[in-house]
Amino acid sequence: MDLSYGTEYIAFREEVKGFISKNKDKQPKAGAEPGNPELLAWQALLIANGFHSRTIPKAYGGYGAEPDIIKPRIISEEFSKAQINTGFSGQGISMLTPVLLEMGTEAQKQQFIKPTIHGEMVWCQGYSEPGAGSDLASLTTKAELDGDEWVINGQKIWTSTAHLADWIFCLVRTEPEAPKHQGISFLLFDMNTPGIEIRPLVDMTGKANFNEVFFTDVRVPKHQIVGNRGQGWLVANAILGHERGSLAPPDAAQSRLDGVTRLMNSETIGGEKVIDNPVYRDRLLKLQGSVLAQKANDMRLLSARINQDQSAKLAGMIVKLTGTELRHEIEGLAIDVMGEIGLAYGDNPYLRGNGSWQYQYMYYLGLIIGGGTSQIQKNIISERGLGMPKEPKIEAK
Amino acid sequence: MQFGLSQEQTLLQDSVTKYLRDQVALDKVRLIASGELNDAEIWQGLSELGLPGLMIPEAHGGVGLGALDAVVISECLGYHVTPSPFISSAAMAPVPLIASNRDDMLAGIATGELRVGVAFGEAIGARTGAGVVAKGATLSGKCLFVLDGDADHYLIATTDKKIFLVSTNASGLKRNALRTIDITRSTCELVLDNVAADLISEDPRVYERTLDMGRVMQAADTLGAAQCMLDQAVVYAGQREQFNRVIASFQAVKHMCADMLANLEPCRALVWYAGHAMDDIPDEARMLACHAKAHLSEVGRGVAKTSTEVHGGMGFTDLVGLHYWFKRIGANRQLLGSPELVREEAALVQKLVDQA
Ligand SMILES: Cc1cc2nc3c(=O)[nH]c(=O)nc-3n(C[C@H](O)[C@H](O)[C@H](O)COP(=O)(O)OP(=O)(O)OC[C@H]3O[C@@H](n4cnc5c(N)ncnc54)[C@H](O)[C@@H]3O)c2cc1C
Repeated sequence: MDLSYGTEYIAFREEVKGFISKNKDKQPKAGAEPGNPELLAWQALLIANGFHSRTIPKAYGGYGAEPDIIKPRIISEEFSKAQINTGFSGQGISMLTPVLLEMGTEAQKQQFIKPTIHGEMVWCQGYSEPGAGSDLASLTTKAELDGDEWVINGQKIWTSTAHLADWIFCLVRTEPEAPKHQGISFLLFDMNTPGIEIRPLVDMTGKANFNEVFFTDVRVPKHQIVGNRGQGWLVANAILGHERGSLAPPDAAQSRLDGVTRLMNSETIGGEKVIDNPVYRDRLLKLQGSVLAQKANDMRLLSARINQDQSAKLAGMIVKLTGTELRHEIEGLAIDVMGEIGLAYGDNPYLRGNGSWQYQYMYYLGLIIGGGTSQIQKNIISERGLGMPKEPKIEAK
Repeated sequence: MQFGLSQEQTLLQDSVTKYLRDQVALDKVRLIASGELNDAEIWQGLSELGLPGLMIPEAHGGVGLGALDAVVISECLGYHVTPSPFISSAAMAPVPLIASNRDDMLAGIATGELRVGVAFGEAIGARTGAGVVAKGATLSGKCLFVLDGDADHYLIATTDKKIFLVSTNASGLKRNALRTIDITRSTCELVLDNVAADLISEDPRVYERTLDMGRVMQAADTLGAAQCMLDQAVVYAGQREQFNRVIASFQAVKHMCADMLANLEPCRALVWYAGHAMDDIPDEARMLACHAKAHLSEVGRGVAKTSTEVHGGMGFTDLVGLHYWFKRIGANRQLLGSPELVREEAALVQKLVDQA
């Protein structure tokens, strides 16, 4: 066991700290709207210094560093310690960019990666449909080739940020005769194309973060496909891997748990601090045990990547399931700690933490469902992880 | 950076595993559990592998390894439900004896000839009927559920976190075996009437380190036992057929197994990390030892129940012997502090609450 990152990284950590202390005043103000020039300038500054899009080649607008597993980790540690804005995230950056780098054409990389990572091109992910959720491969939105264009008809649902997005990466059925996994293609298109209608869907948090998206004879140039016809399922799976790991990192769980601890020191019941109540305290400590276990698991995974150690495969398979479930529990404890005050929402004057406890409690339930539900995760863990047999198949109706 | 076991530790794990698989299979465990055999022969065999002196310096006849190495061993012992006094005699006892330079004892412990049991219940939180008091150099009272019913000496901690050493042969000491659900390892009651005792340590930090060492090893023992129960469940589910298919193809069964894995896998990293902290991160060691012990108690209990359920009626019988693991996990949970008590200690360590 050797938990040091090695002497060669000491200088790098200093470099990160130096950047932070010199530039922290340039951070955009909290709550700045997408497209705000301060946000875009901050993003450009991060990329220019290698603190965002670090390994993306310069030719595509990135910083162009050699791949290194530890440096991004150090960046994230120092940024989080100093509570510095880490720049844009979102599905275009976390999901589409890696897939374009892996499977896109040269022209696609040139066209899309730079504006995407600079926050100038916002994407949404059009996978789920009313009839295709967990069973995503049964999707029916179809695209037919007409000359040099795909003509798309159908409907997507739960499309997060579709109302803000410039472009969409979308799964469509192009080979209706092929077996269901082999008939799907991965298309990219502009959300301003005629024939697209977006209807917002209000979610349980009260916000309209996701949408229904309808396509009627939407015409898209033929070359805006990633991979070949019928390979869309492979392409989509390449990105799902990128998504799952990042949904609920243990370091964020730790900082929320620290927040609950502070809350228990400031909230009182009958004049007594909540932290002094042994029942609540035990619940806090129980969750702390789980957070510590997940943090240790995360160190193990980091080490496995550095040392190309295959023995941590199972440890990696469980992180979406355990991470999202744990976050939901942590947020739930905070609500319990406050009792009836925990119910406050919206403009209630007794709101704590800007209402983030209730909001995140619901938000993480969304993440337990989105990106492959907990039940689907368990199918994957038992079948691919433990080698248990699949259920007998039932033929399509 | 390298988080995990070193090559040497993996080799150690392999050689102990091989020994236990070949020499201490379940039928041997059954003999000991039934009282037909005691664990002396196994302890002798483990002594030849150097286990009792694993953490004793080489100068005193030990192997001079650290807590993470001992974690590796403890996990193997749990996996095979091996009867042995490893946690008390090899992991805990050397801590205060090394700190107080009791070189006379160390060589004997290292060879396995001398067994030292541990009676810390008083200091952790005495239960109804227990209670020991020191008067000068003598101890009187009663210690319950003392680790190891066959030891030659016992380390007894009092409420003020002092540690005393008594000989099993000392006059005024009576030892009564106490049967528990876990018949793979023995516990006893010590009844003391003005028994001559050696004061080994007055330093609360020595007491705490001794206890922490035991708790980390217990967590590792539970990790191993729970992993074995999960492995057995997956194997059994792949063989047993109902409704014309193996039960492993039923989603309810698969999800039970996935839950066990999802809960258990992070425990492995936690227990390794806690062992490493005992060796190298003194500031975090106490908190991690408490959390490893408490968290494994909770996860272990869940796995023990779920694996038994996957086995159906067979899990409930003595035929497959799954209950040996179930009970081992149950004993690790209660001994050296039940999870609620241990989490409270973790809260104190972090100063989340004031010392009463
Ligand atoms: C907050 C949020 C954001 C989202 N963002 C997007 C987005 O941007 N783009 C996008 O394309 N999609 C998005 N989704 C959709 C998401 O991927 C789906 O909701 C998810 O895959 C589940 O599909 P479903 O809603 O149709 O539920 P269903 O598949 O109908 O599932 C209902 C229940 O049945 C269970 N179930 C289904 N199949 C099985 C099985 N084989 N075994 C066991 N249990 C099963 C599920 O676990 C669940 O409990 C988002 C969802 C949420 C909640």
